[in-house]
Amino acid sequence: MNNKHVAVIGGGIAGMEAASVLARQGLKVTLIEKQANTGGKLNDWDHLFPDFSSPDELVSSLATKTKDSGVNTVYNTEISRIERAGKRFELRANQDVRFYADAVLVASGFNVFDATIKEEYGYGLFGNVITSVDFEKRMKKHGQLRTIQGTAPKRVAIIHCVGSRDAKVGNTYCSKVCCITGIKQAIEISEMLPDCEVFCFYMDLRLYGSTFDSLYLQAQKRHKIQFIRGRLSEAAERADKSIQIKAEDTLQGRPLRMTVDMVILLVGMEPGASTSQLIQKNQMTVDENGFLKSTNMHCARNQSTQEGIFMAGTAICPMAVNETIENARSAATEIIHFFENHRP
Amino acid sequence: MNDLSFLKPASRQIDFDNFDDRLLLYVLQYEPSFFTCISCGGCTATCSAGNLTNFNVRKIGLWLRRGETEKLSEEIQKCMFCGKCTLVCPRDINIRNVILLIKKRIAMLKNENTPA
Amino acid sequence: MEPKTKIRWSEYNKKIADDKFFYLRSCIRQNFNPGAEKVFLSILQNNLRKEVYDDPHHTTCSGIGYHSDIVPFETFQTMVARQFSLMTERGYKNCAVSCITSFGGYNEVLSTWKEFPEELEKTRENLLKATGRTFEIPENLSHACDIIYHFRKEIAAQARYRLINKETGEPLKIVDHIGCHYAKIFPEKGVGGSEYSRVLTGMIEAWGGEAVDYPERRHCCGFGFRHYLIKNNRSYSISNSRKKFESMQPYHPDMILTNCPGCNMFLDRWQYALAQIEGKVYGGKNGIPVLSHEELAGLVLGYDPWKDIGLQMHQIDVEPFLNKIGVEYHPKQKFTGVKGQYINEPAFTGCLARKD
Repeated sequence: MNNKHVAVIGGGIAGMEAASVLARQGLKVTLIEKQANTGGKLNDWDHLFPDFSSPDELVSSLATKTKDSGVNTVYNTEISRIERAGKRFELRANQDVRFYADAVLVASGFNVFDATIKEEYGYGLFGNVITSVDFEKRMKKHGQLRTIQGTAPKRVAIIHCVGSRDAKVGNTYCSKVCCITGIKQAIEISEMLPDCEVFCFYMDLRLYGSTFDSLYLQAQKRHKIQFIRGRLSEAAERADKSIQIKAEDTLQGRPLRMTVDMVILLVGMEPGASTSQLIQKNQMTVDENGFLKSTNMHCARNQSTQEGIFMAGTAICPMAVNETIENARSAATEIIHFFENHRP
Repeated sequence: MNDLSFLKPASRQIDFDNFDDRLLLYVLQYEPSFFTCISCGGCTATCSAGNLTNFNVRKIGLWLRRGETEKLSEEIQKCMFCGKCTLVCPRDINIRNVILLIKKRIAMLKNENTPA
Repeated sequence: MEPKTKIRWSEYNKKIADDKFFYLRSCIRQNFNPGAEKVFLSILQNNLRKEVYDDPHHTTCSGIGYHSDIVPFETFQTMVARQFSLMTERGYKNCAVSCITSFGGYNEVLSTWKEFPEELEKTRENLLKATGRTFEIPENLSHACDIIYHFRKEIAAQARYRLINKETGEPLKIVDHIGCHYAKIFPEKGVGGSEYSRVLTGMIEAWGGEAVDYPERRHCCGFGFRHYLIKNNRSYSISNSRKKFESMQPYHPDMILTNCPGCNMFLDRWQYALAQIEGKVYGGKNGIPVLSHEELAGLVLGYDPWKDIGLQMHQIDVEPFLNKIGVEYHPKQKFTGVKGQYINEPAFTGCLARKD
């Protein structure tokens, strides 16, 4: 097994974790990252739910593990195609670079939903409508939240399910991590700006983690965050650049109108842009949502429909950071079993 | 112009920008647990008064959140203060106290508005 | 899975015919603002040198009756078919529709015929039985505002006035109101769909004005059908209008631009009613002037506001708006007919001139 070579596509947390586990088992591993550094989207993230920890520590410890375990990391290289070449796989990248591997792990991640498609929410049109991703980037860069006029917001609305559970944009699935992200960001705003009122507009609160409900309770009790069950119908800018939003207060059964200084859209996860390229010329397929399909939901989550190609992380479905790491380890185990069962 | 008197411009919309928070702030001051209500309706299901009249404890909470002072002052009279709502609340809210506080505050507001 | 719609409506364009229009008039427009339709025909024929046919034989589309549950859909389809048969008889293929209710209705009928061909066959039969007529389906059906939008640059090139305050040199602030049936029923039939309609803002900007977006821009004017036909429901109608005025007031608009005859009338008249009931005026001394796309096009092209465009038919005085642009007009000729005769005048115009 020691002479086998595994190519891992994507140097985010899933790719890094899986690559280091495989390398520690003695396999030759090449980690291929399209950008100049590893860590993926977490590099832009300020704090993680539910413990408000910094992702920087996680990313740097994964980078150390990857390096120390002997993984060969290649940067600025984007794989455009995986093809079967005899018993091996040929991976083609930009500038005619090719890799050959005995097994491939696709950890190409997800795309953030483009909120400009949800035109009625005014993202890209009104300066005070931002996304949850923008919030993290701003917090990381400036450590504060300001309106476009430069003032501290007095009232913020956080909108759940933007680009998720919405047939109008073609995504009927739940992105799973947004509800708890919204609660985390609401608490952060409230701690930073104690005078600021924060409202969460939700359809259902989907708090799947064992500690997430206590965060919800804390948000209500300690931070007075108000949860309004109703989906936003539209956002419009007022003369003073504040945003007028409309929703139904579904528990009251009445339409509701509110002026807020800022709107934060909890944007969902979509299948990665590279997924459609990668599935060409091989038998990998996607599921009903466009994410990579597993051969079995329960016992072969990391096995693609093409033998020898495996998957890890959010290329499979929306998942949180801790689940992604676990999922990457499980993918590494699957690959090791694959080699053990296919002795030449 | 008398012939336009049949026109009564109005809106059903909840206007959050002009919201009467006099009751809510008072209740939250003395019973902060009220904010954790998730409108599950357990209180309404067990309510003695609600089983005999159209009194709805869950709606009392909703109206409180939206500053419906007028509606509340009428509705609140139906509560018999048996406290069964408090026993079943999954968020451990002292609902009995919430209703008592609403009643107190309404009485205070009435006194404020009555000229000496 | 292919996404169902990822259209960006803000970039959406519809097809608008270039020439040879068969004109379909509006009941409300030709009764309350007859000058608007007259000036539209003149702009097409004399300014843009287009062919447009105004057929004296055409009737109401019966859309108001249809939306009030008085005219059954089958009858409505036959009425629409008759208009198309007049168009066919005259050799035209493009409809220019004056009314938004009609426009929405024609699109509804055309869409019904596409989805349910048996309805088309039944209508052909009904029309033949009732009138002996046959018809072709139009190749293009555009609203009059689509056509003005289509030629907005040509109009700008010939314009005598620009939508600029001649005192300050600042562009005039104009809010638009799009009739609900323009694109809310069939978004693909509107320039920019229903959410991002550019059909009126495109004109405002092409002619030098500033289009102001206001929060309740997409809200109904309150016209409705049942909502004003039945007296008891009219509070509902005026409440909607009030919501719009409240929302646009902070922007201090110089004018409200509409494309729908009903919206035009209600946004104009309800300002007066609100002033009488609540004592509130939403703009200027005497209300915010409300004009339609044809009327505004006529103004910038230098048509006479009274004789050619008939702006004396508006409740809210348009003079403050004319003065800002610098339109030359004779104040005393406001209530003078085309032949110079006195045509009588209302007890008062504006909102608050007299209260009793």
